[in-house]
Amino acid sequence: MNLFQQDKLAGWLMVTITLISVLIPLCNLLTPVDSALHFSAYTVSLLGKYLTFALLGLSLDLVWGYCGILALGQGAFFALGGYAIGLYLMRQIGNRGVYGNPLLPDFMVFLNWSELPWYWFGFNQFWFAVLMVVVVPGLLALVFGWLAFRSRVTGVYLSIITQALTYALLLAFFRNEMGFGGNNGLTDFKEILGFNIQSEGVRSFFLMVTGLILLLAFYVSRWVVQSKLGRVITAVRDQEMRVRFLGYRVEHFKLWIFVFSAMLAGMAGALYVPQVGIINPSEFSPLNSLEIVIWVAIGGRCTLYGAIIGAVLVNYAKSLLTGWAPEIWLFFLGTAFILVTVFLPNGVLGLFRSQEQKS
Amino acid sequence: MSGLALKPGELDVSHGPILYMEDINLSFDGFKALNNLSLYIDAGELRCVIGPNGAGKTTMMDVITGKTRPDSGSVFFGQTIDLLKMDEAAVAQAGICRKFQKPTVFDALSVFENLELALAVNKAVWTTLFFKLNGQQRDRIDQVLETIGLTDQRLRAAGVLSHGQKQWLEIGMLLMQEPKVMLVDEPVAGMTHQEIERTAELLLSLRGERSIVVVEHDMEFVRSIASRVTVLHEGSVLTEGTMNEIQNDPRVIQVYLGG
Repeated sequence: MNLFQQDKLAGWLMVTITLISVLIPLCNLLTPVDSALHFSAYTVSLLGKYLTFALLGLSLDLVWGYCGILALGQGAFFALGGYAIGLYLMRQIGNRGVYGNPLLPDFMVFLNWSELPWYWFGFNQFWFAVLMVVVVPGLLALVFGWLAFRSRVTGVYLSIITQALTYALLLAFFRNEMGFGGNNGLTDFKEILGFNIQSEGVRSFFLMVTGLILLLAFYVSRWVVQSKLGRVITAVRDQEMRVRFLGYRVEHFKLWIFVFSAMLAGMAGALYVPQVGIINPSEFSPLNSLEIVIWVAIGGRCTLYGAIIGAVLVNYAKSLLTGWAPEIWLFFLGTAFILVTVFLPNGVLGLFRSQEQKS
Repeated sequence: MSGLALKPGELDVSHGPILYMEDINLSFDGFKALNNLSLYIDAGELRCVIGPNGAGKTTMMDVITGKTRPDSGSVFFGQTIDLLKMDEAAVAQAGICRKFQKPTVFDALSVFENLELALAVNKAVWTTLFFKLNGQQRDRIDQVLETIGLTDQRLRAAGVLSHGQKQWLEIGMLLMQEPKVMLVDEPVAGMTHQEIERTAELLLSLRGERSIVVVEHDMEFVRSIASRVTVLHEGSVLTEGTMNEIQNDPRVIQVYLGG
């Protein structure tokens, strides 16, 4: 598949995403409930959720597909972004919680806490929460990446410590003393910017915003991978030593793309949480991060839009299968991953490629 | 050129040699890879380094380029630049470039892009993100493509080049960096006779402006390019001289043929 055809395919995909994220919310808002064009609030939120996963897959493709860093902790950045917006949503509950405390969330009242922990301050401001959505994951990626890349940890060792990172966060967030709601996480949200978070209008709006941010993220990421920096990280993936001996500080380049990708993942998490209405420590589970890798592998690495296709396909299959026969879902996922690895090294997109070569 | 006003970190070759290695020792788990190795390379010189397997040729290059740190000894670039305090990227930016034993190019990128990445410009992250080639830089790439004979292949992926073409591309990448010293590890391994001849011509045409150190096994090739040859054995210099002197030296014969 040459670059032009890839561009065409990517273009069509972006048109589709635009249509979904504009037309479906409009249909939902403008048509009566019994109309054939009306989509339920459930469908709208489900589509919105798929698109946040698409953004998450895209973020992983940047580090894995292009730079060759098999990061198995991408879910941690997603969850941190989710928690950042979750804190804001908790503060918006005000005195409408079960215990009616105007300052403290229910779980803190339950734990007999008398005041908000210092790190909750600022999260009653929307702009601050939005800032933290990118700053917190970005900062974690910066510190973690700086230590790992500077010590030249690569390959499977790096993959393992990224798994350890997300697992450590899982355990930490499980603890009540952390002040993030422990096991139950953050939920029971009421309002965002004064609007009812359950209303169809807000749900539709979120689908639109998610679609828009996904589009933006796609085009910015594409600009990045087509820049000289993009060629340098591809070169790092293929011949790291050669890049060093050309005079590039390889660890700086890895760090840059890792932080950028973590910020995108944080944004995905922040868009996800209001649409599903809950964030809890299970989002940090190592299994989640592995699943992201499978989305990208199934869609096709190193194309950006392959990750989007893979994320949506796998999650659509997950919705269908977990409704119908939840116990076989993991077997299905595992089998799909093995089959793709063996028969379609370029993912579903590889199908288009091999067909073109035949014709 | 008047005076000797030298900025710190600037290359000073006023005494002749551009590269000094003195009393280098390095051992891996008790095995002495380099043993009191001392070697001087003059500015503009084309030097060949030969020696049996395990003599320390590649390890020597690793030490010069910052990949491996010696246990003791010093390595200076000109009179003033201490290479042992620099990492690989800094050594490369200072003007010492290296070709690997196995041809190492970026298979997924085109020949042109391979050379573009090697271009001697500011290689910081943000500068690289916003980098645009200007006309002069394009001309420079075209010029190097001409020199290494890959003009027709410029848009092809480097991965589909033949073995010999990859070797040349890598030499081209070194040239793009405008180096003062080129370290070239086995440039003709796996090449055909014709390709070997062309490579010899290429290296000969490059000396003068820069110093070139070639590590090679192919004696025919070494004879065709080198005025001066250094023989390494068990991590130190066994002898130095012209190819004729070397080939008649009984110690060299003993090392190579066993005795």
